[in-house]
Amino acid sequence: MVTRVQTLLNTFSFAQNKPYTPKDYRSKEEPRWCPGCGNYSILTQVQKVLADLSVPPYRLAFVSGIGCSSRFPYYINTYGFHGIHGRAIAIASGLKIARPDITVWVITGDGDGLSIGGNHFIHALRRNIDINILLFNNQIYALTKGQYSPTSEHGAITKSSPDGVIDYPFNPVALAIGANSTFVARTIDRDPRHLQNMLKRAAMHKGTSFIEIYQNCNVFNDGVFDRFSNKEIRDDYALFLEHGKPLIFGKNRNKAIRLNGYIPEIISLDDGKHSTSDAVIYNEQDTTLAFLIATLSNHPNMPRPFGVFLDITRTTYETELLEQIESAITKNGKGDVNELFNSGDTWIIQ
Amino acid sequence: MTPKKIEKVNDVTIRFAGDSGDGIQITGTQFANTTAILGNDVSTLPDYPAEIRAPQGTLGGVSGFQIHFGSTEINTPGDMCDVLVVMNPAALKANLQYLEKGGSIIANSDGFNERSLALAEYSSNPLRDGSLSHYHVYEINITKLTEQALCDLNLPPKVIERSKNFFALGLMFWMYNRPLEPTLKWIREKFSKKPELIEANSRVLKAGWNFGETTEVFKVRYEVAPARVAPGKYRNITGNQATAFGLMAAAHRAQLELFLASYPITPASDILHELSNYKNYNVKTFQCEDEIAAITAAIGASFGGALAVTSTSGPGFSLKAEALGLAVMTELPLVVINVQRGGPSTGLPTKTEQADLLQALYGRNGEASVPVIAALSPSDCFSAAFEACKIAIEAMTPVILLTDGYIGNGSEPWLIPDIHSLPTIEPYYPDDPKKFKPYMRNETTLVRPWAIPGIPGFEHRIGGLEKKENTGEISYDPVNHERMTRLRTEKIMRLQDRIPLATAEGHTQGDLLVIGWGSTFGAIRTAVQKQLDKGKSVAHLHLRYLNPFPKNFSKLISQYKAILVPELNLGQLAQLIRARCRLPIYQLNKVQGLPFRSVEIEQKIEEVLRGIA
Ligand code: SF4
Repeated sequence: MVTRVQTLLNTFSFAQNKPYTPKDYRSKEEPRWCPGCGNYSILTQVQKVLADLSVPPYRLAFVSGIGCSSRFPYYINTYGFHGIHGRAIAIASGLKIARPDITVWVITGDGDGLSIGGNHFIHALRRNIDINILLFNNQIYALTKGQYSPTSEHGAITKSSPDGVIDYPFNPVALAIGANSTFVARTIDRDPRHLQNMLKRAAMHKGTSFIEIYQNCNVFNDGVFDRFSNKEIRDDYALFLEHGKPLIFGKNRNKAIRLNGYIPEIISLDDGKHSTSDAVIYNEQDTTLAFLIATLSNHPNMPRPFGVFLDITRTTYETELLEQIESAITKNGKGDVNELFNSGDTWIIQ
Repeated sequence: MTPKKIEKVNDVTIRFAGDSGDGIQITGTQFANTTAILGNDVSTLPDYPAEIRAPQGTLGGVSGFQIHFGSTEINTPGDMCDVLVVMNPAALKANLQYLEKGGSIIANSDGFNERSLALAEYSSNPLRDGSLSHYHVYEINITKLTEQALCDLNLPPKVIERSKNFFALGLMFWMYNRPLEPTLKWIREKFSKKPELIEANSRVLKAGWNFGETTEVFKVRYEVAPARVAPGKYRNITGNQATAFGLMAAAHRAQLELFLASYPITPASDILHELSNYKNYNVKTFQCEDEIAAITAAIGASFGGALAVTSTSGPGFSLKAEALGLAVMTELPLVVINVQRGGPSTGLPTKTEQADLLQALYGRNGEASVPVIAALSPSDCFSAAFEACKIAIEAMTPVILLTDGYIGNGSEPWLIPDIHSLPTIEPYYPDDPKKFKPYMRNETTLVRPWAIPGIPGFEHRIGGLEKKENTGEISYDPVNHERMTRLRTEKIMRLQDRIPLATAEGHTQGDLLVIGWGSTFGAIRTAVQKQLDKGKSVAHLHLRYLNPFPKNFSKLISQYKAILVPELNLGQLAQLIRARCRLPIYQLNKVQGLPFRSVEIEQKIEEVLRGIA
C-alpha cells in the first residue's frame, strides 16, 4: 500500500533546488524575547547554518517544549511544533520515526530538557534517533520569572532559593555522555563562529546530536557565563576542544591539560618543565576521554571545555527499524490485512 | 465397558483452575478454540493473579479460566459454572463460589495432600469430609495417570508435572465430545523445537480422552449442538487482538501508516505485542520510556501524518491527561486506548472495572471535549477501534477508546469482515498553499486541515498555546479564546450528525429501560432477554458513544417510566444521564474487579419493577 502521505509528497514538485538565504527561514512573527537575550543570537546562527546547508524549509521541523527558548519554532519558517513542558524530545522522536525524511531539530532549555523532561532526554540519547537537540542553558527558569533550575550553581540565589540553592547541578554534557550519546558538544551564544560550527557538526551527524548552548538570560541570570565570552578573560576560563589537537588554553596559550592517571590536571607550558607533548591529544571518538574532560566543569579551578566532546558512529534507531521492516517484507512479503485476519484457526458457518 | 449415555445440552460453563504454573490459561484457550471451531458460540474469561509466580499452592496463586459455550447466542462467560476442574485445594477453595449447586467437581486427587491442604487453609480434605455434598465430586489421580502415560519416556519429573493439564483437557474434550486434532496441531507447532514435549503432551492429552472413554466413573457424555450464528468465516479473538486488528484495518482504509507508541502496562500490553509483529504491514511500534513519552511521541507521529495511537490502562491514562489536552489544542488525530482495570492508583492490575469513564470525559485541564467510544465485547473491539480511528482522522481530534481487562483478555468468535467492505476513511488535507491557514475550518464539520511536513508552501507552527481563529497564530485575546473554546467543543458536538442513532432492544416504550456501556453488554443483554421472555416491559440500550451522546438519546429514554444503569463503578454513566433527564434513575453498581453476573442484573430489574409498579 502506498500511503496517502507518500502520494502527497510525490504530487508536489520539488524542483526548487535553489540556494537558500537566512531570510528564507524567517517567519512573519517578530521574536518576542527580551531585548539583549541570548536567544536572538542562536536564532540568527541557526538560520544562517540552515541556509549554508541549504536544507529546504519544508523538509524541516522544529519541535520545542515550554520555556523562553521554546518559543523558537514560531520564529523560524519551517514546520514547527510548540509542545508541552518537557516533552519536545518525545514529540520529535515520534515525528522522526514516522517520518525519517524530515530533518528534526529540538529546542529545549535546562528546565524543560533536564528537569521535567529529563527522562525523555536520556532515553533519546541512548536510542540514537537522528534528531538534533539544542539545549539552551541559562541556569534559571526564566519564563516563570527566576526560580533555580537543575543547572543552577550550588549556592545560587534565586527567587525560590533566597538562601542559596542546596542541590547540586547536572553537568549536561557528562549526563549526555553517560546516557550513551553519539554526539555531544557545548558552545555559547556570544561566540557566533563557534556556535555555527557546532550547529553544522550537529546537523551533519547521523544520530542524536546534543549541543548544550550557554545562553545568557540578561533579565534573571545576567552574566553567569561572562567569563567564557568576555574577550579579556575568556581564554583563561574556556578550553576549546579540537579533534587530534592538544588541550591547550590560556591567554598566551601557555596552559594545557594532561592526565595524571584518570585525573585531569593543569600544566604550565612556560615553567620549563612541560611541553605541548605532555598535553592530552583530544579524540572525539573516545567516550572515556570525553567523560573525563566533561568533568572539568565540576572543578571551579579548571577551564570550561567547549567544542565537540564526542562524535561517534552508531546505526540510528530509525535505520534499524527500517532494516527490520525491510527484512520482514523480504521474509514474509508485504502484509495483506485481509489475509492476516483470515489466518489462524478459522471455521465457516453456512 | 457399558456404552456411555449421550445427553444433549444447550449451554455449558466450565471453569479450569489450578496453580498459576499449571498451564490453566493454555488449557482454557485450547478448549475455547476447539469449541469455537465446532460452531458453538463461545465466551471466555481468564482470571489470573497479578504476580507472575505467586507462591505455589496458595490462594493468591490460583489461576482460572472460564468458558461458556452453547448452541444459542452466548453473550457472557457464564455467571456460574457447571463443571469445575481443579488441580489443587487452593483452586477449589478460590473457585467453589462460582460453581452451581449440583454442579460437578473434577479434582486432581494427587494435588490434595497435607501440605497443599494446609497452604489452602483447609483443616480437613474437602473431597472426603462431606463438605461438598451439594456437588458431584470426581476424584481422579491426574498426576499419577500422567506419570503412567509417560513412564517410558525418561522425562524429568518437572516436565511430567507440567503436562498434567493436558490430561484434564483431554478428559473435558471427551466429556463434551470435542476433537483432539486442533490441540494436537497446536502442540506440534508450539513445541516444534522440542520433539520430546510434542510426544509427551500429545500422549497425555490422549490419555485424558481415553480415561473418559474407559473409566466407569463417568456414565454420561454431553453434546452441545452448533449455534445458529450469522453465516461467514470465523476465528476466535481476544479483545486486545481485535483492537489491534481494528487499528490495522483503519490504517488500511485510510491508507496511512499505523504508528503505535506505548509503555508496557497490564492489561493493555497485548495490543503492543500484537502490533509489533506486523512490521511488513505498514505498522510501526515504539516502546517508550514512559506513558507521557508514548502519547507525545504519538502526537509527533500524527503531526507527521501517521495514524497515531497510544494504548494504556488506568494509571497510564492518568499520566497522559496533559498531552491529551495538547492533542485537543493542536486538533490532531490521535487514538488513546484505555483498557480499564480496577483503580484508583495501581488498584487491581489484572481485574476489570469501568471506573475511568468520567476521567475520559473530563480528566483534563480546561474545556477539552474529546469523543469517547466504548467497546462492548471482545470481538466488538475491532469495530470500536476502527470507528475511533475514523472519527479521529476525519474530525482531526483525539478520540478515547475504552475497553477493559474483561473484554481485553476475554475471547469470542469473530465474524471476519472483508476489509474492502469497511468504510473508507478520508483525511482532510489542504490543497492550496496560497489559501492555506492551519486553523481555517470546514464550514459544516468545523474540521481544520491536516498539513503534512515535507510539502512546500504549508510550513506552519502549532502548539499548546491558544490560537487565533483561522490563522493559528498565538493569541491571548479574551474574545478569541472564548470563540476558539466554543468552536473546539462544537466540532465534537457536530459528530452527532454522523454517529448512528441509539436504538433499544426490547419494547420501544414501557416500564424500564436498562442502559449500559462497555463490557457489561453481555450480562445486561442476557438479563433483559430473560425478563422479556417473562413478559416484562423492559428494554436495553447500550451506548457505544459516550461523547457526544447519540442525538436521539433524550427522546428515546423519555419513552420509559424509569431507567436502570448497571455499571462496574459507583454510578458514572448514571450521573451523566441524570444531568440529561428527570426520570427516576436506579443504579446497580459493582466494584469487585469482576464482571456482572446476569442474574445480579435480573434481580435488580425485578426489584426495580416491583418498586415502580
Ligand atoms: S527572560 Fe531571560 S531567557 Fe527569557 S527572553 Fe528574557 S532574557 Fe531571554
